[in-house]
This record gives sequence, structure tokens and C-alpha cells, in this order.
Amino acid sequence: MTETEVVVAASGVQLSFGSTPALRGASISVARGELVALTGPSGSGKSTLMHCLAGVLLPDAGVVTFAGRRLDEMSADERTLLRRRHIGLVLQFGQLVPELTALENVALPLLLDGRGRKNVEQAARQWLEQLGVADRAGIRPPAMSGGEQQRVAIARALVTSPDVVLADEPTGSLDTVTGELALEVLVKATRETGAALVVVTHDHRVSAWMDREVVLRDGAVEAPVDAAP
Amino acid sequence: MVLLGLLERGPGHGYELKSAHDDWFPSAKPLAFGQVYATLARLERDGLVEAVETHQESGPERTVYALTDEGHAALRQWLAEPEAPAAYAADDLVRKTVTALRLGLDRARFLDRQHAAHMALMRELTGQRAEVAEPGARIALDHRLAHLDADLRWLQETRERMNRDGVAS
Repeated sequence: MTETEVVVAASGVQLSFGSTPALRGASISVARGELVALTGPSGSGKSTLMHCLAGVLLPDAGVVTFAGRRLDEMSADERTLLRRRHIGLVLQFGQLVPELTALENVALPLLLDGRGRKNVEQAARQWLEQLGVADRAGIRPPAMSGGEQQRVAIARALVTSPDVVLADEPTGSLDTVTGELALEVLVKATRETGAALVVVTHDHRVSAWMDREVVLRDGAVEAPVDAAP
Repeated sequence: MVLLGLLERGPGHGYELKSAHDDWFPSAKPLAFGQVYATLARLERDGLVEAVETHQESGPERTVYALTDEGHAALRQWLAEPEAPAAYAADDLVRKTVTALRLGLDRARFLDRQHAAHMALMRELTGQRAEVAEPGARIALDHRLAHLDADLRWLQETRERMNRDGVAS
């Protein structure tokens, strides 16, 4: 993997919450367009590592880079811009703004970025359509099903054409069939944009959708294992 | 019995039955022609199917089979009886894992390799599944995926248990 192909990477990342170490030298490298499952038992540090990749958490030691740039050398504003323009986030419960309609939720990242309202609305509408929830455009999240909310959240993550989508247990709050549909939509839509996708999951069926699985144990990445014959 | 089920939809010859079987069960081993003809011969002997037509177009001679009344009844009976839940406790995965853990031979790596092998197959089946739109075929693949998923969960629990308690040889 050459340096230019790597979209986001962590190297030797350590992070403690108080006296409890969450990451003890975790490393991961994600190539452009790659689909990676981040798995491991509860408390292994997989969500923490994802939040470090997103620049939401800054590690105590070690380096996180985005397209070769160190996140710790950016200002807080630069990191916010990076997240807004280049990273799509999908969390377990969608984390939509309940007071806004589906359309406004999807448009939000573009509006925050100062884009013109007309173009923004058009882009948001296109994504809602692509994810099969165009008819929910004027509805607020509390009136939608969990599956619909998650589709709107996926639309919001993809509307900025990010380089990488980071998803933390994106199907965790959904029943199996609804979750699978949401995952299918997430994977297909992400592939179409050419973005990389990192999904934190404890569900092997979710992992099986990805190109590669990275297993965390006790805050570090396990040595990759050759697939048995 | 599955052949009876396939014939319940209407008469068919061996090749059609084989194709229909492979469509129904995309994750199963494709049915061998020899097996189809041998089974049809046995079902005919038992009076469950009968040859209703023989025709030859450009290829080899083809016999079309149909269910007899007894065949219909046997199929109904089979479907009326629930399948005994299978005991997987003695399958090769368990034998090998238990042996590896009890002997302590490279146990962590054993679990890693097993995890990787299961995950590779799951990935392959998930890929196939995405290509299959027909719900019935998806359901058949789902059965294998669910079992692989259960095996993986068991492997993970085994690792946690082993790390905590160890395993006696």
C-alpha cells in the first residue's frame, strides 16, 4: 500500500480514560475505497479507535493521519472542517437532529459549510431518493422508523462526498432484517461514491460484508491471520 | 424428499429437477445427475413417482416424471413432521477445537485460523447472497450464514473462557 492510497491511518495509538487504558498502541491503515470491519470484544477499544480516526478524540501517544496529514498538527477548526468535508459519520442511533426534517438533517453538513441553500437542498433530496426515503423528506426523525432514520443518517454521511465513512455499530439498534437492509444500502452507496468505509461492529454478519476485518483485543490490533485453506 | 417437492410443482425430467434443486439451494453442493436418476428410479420403484412421458429432441432421451397420489401423500407427511433439531455437538469443528485446546497446541493461533476460515466463507456467501435477489434462495444461504455466525460467536466465547479459566488437558 503506497502512501498516496492510504486515506486514514493510525499508528501506535495510545489513549487512556483516567487510569483505564482504552488503546495500547493500536495501528490501522485504510486504503481509498476499502471496506474494513473493526471488530473485537466489548471494551477492546474499537469505538475509541474509530473516534480517533475521526479526530473526535486525540490520542495520548501515537499518530493519526488523514491523507498523510497528522491530525494532532491541525488546529481544532481544521479538524472540524476535515470532519465536515471529508469524513462521514454514522452512529448507532442515527443521531439525527429531532427538530429538523429528514431533508434538513441531510442538508445540514452542507449548510454548515456555507453552500448555497438551493444546491444543498437538491443534493440532499437526491441522496434521500437514492436511499429509498425520498417520501420522508418533510418528516422529523421521531416520526420515522429506526430503519428510515438510519437511512437518513447514511444520506447525511454521504452528502458531502466524503473520502471515508466511519460507522459505529450502524445496525446495532435495528432488528436483523431492517439492519441488513440499512447495511446493504450503506455498503452499496459508499462503494458507488468510491469512499472507504470503516464499520465498528461485533456482528460477524456485518463483518462479512467488508473486504477485511481488523480485530482489536485489549486496545491493540491483533496480528493479521492468513486465511486458512 | 426434496425431489418430491420439486415435482409437486409439476412434472419434470431429471435435468430440470437438478437445475431446480440447484436454484433452490444455491449454497448446497450441486446435485449430481447420477444421484438424480438413481433417486428417481428408487422413487419410481416405491410408487411415489411415475414416468408419464418420454421424448427425444436433439439431445438424449428424456423421461418426464410426475408425482403419484402416494407421492403427494408422502410429501405432505414429510412436511407435516418437524425436523429434529440437529445436535451439532459432535461435529468436526468441536472435535478439533476441543482437541486443540485440551492439548494446548498453539491454541490462540488455532482459534485465529478458525476464525479467519469461517470469516472467509461468510464473506464469500455474503457476496453470493448480494447477487441473489430471489427471497427463497436468500433464505437458504441465510441458514448457512446463521450457523457460521453461531460458530464464530462460540469461538469467541471459547477464547474468552480459555483466557479466563484455561482448559484442562
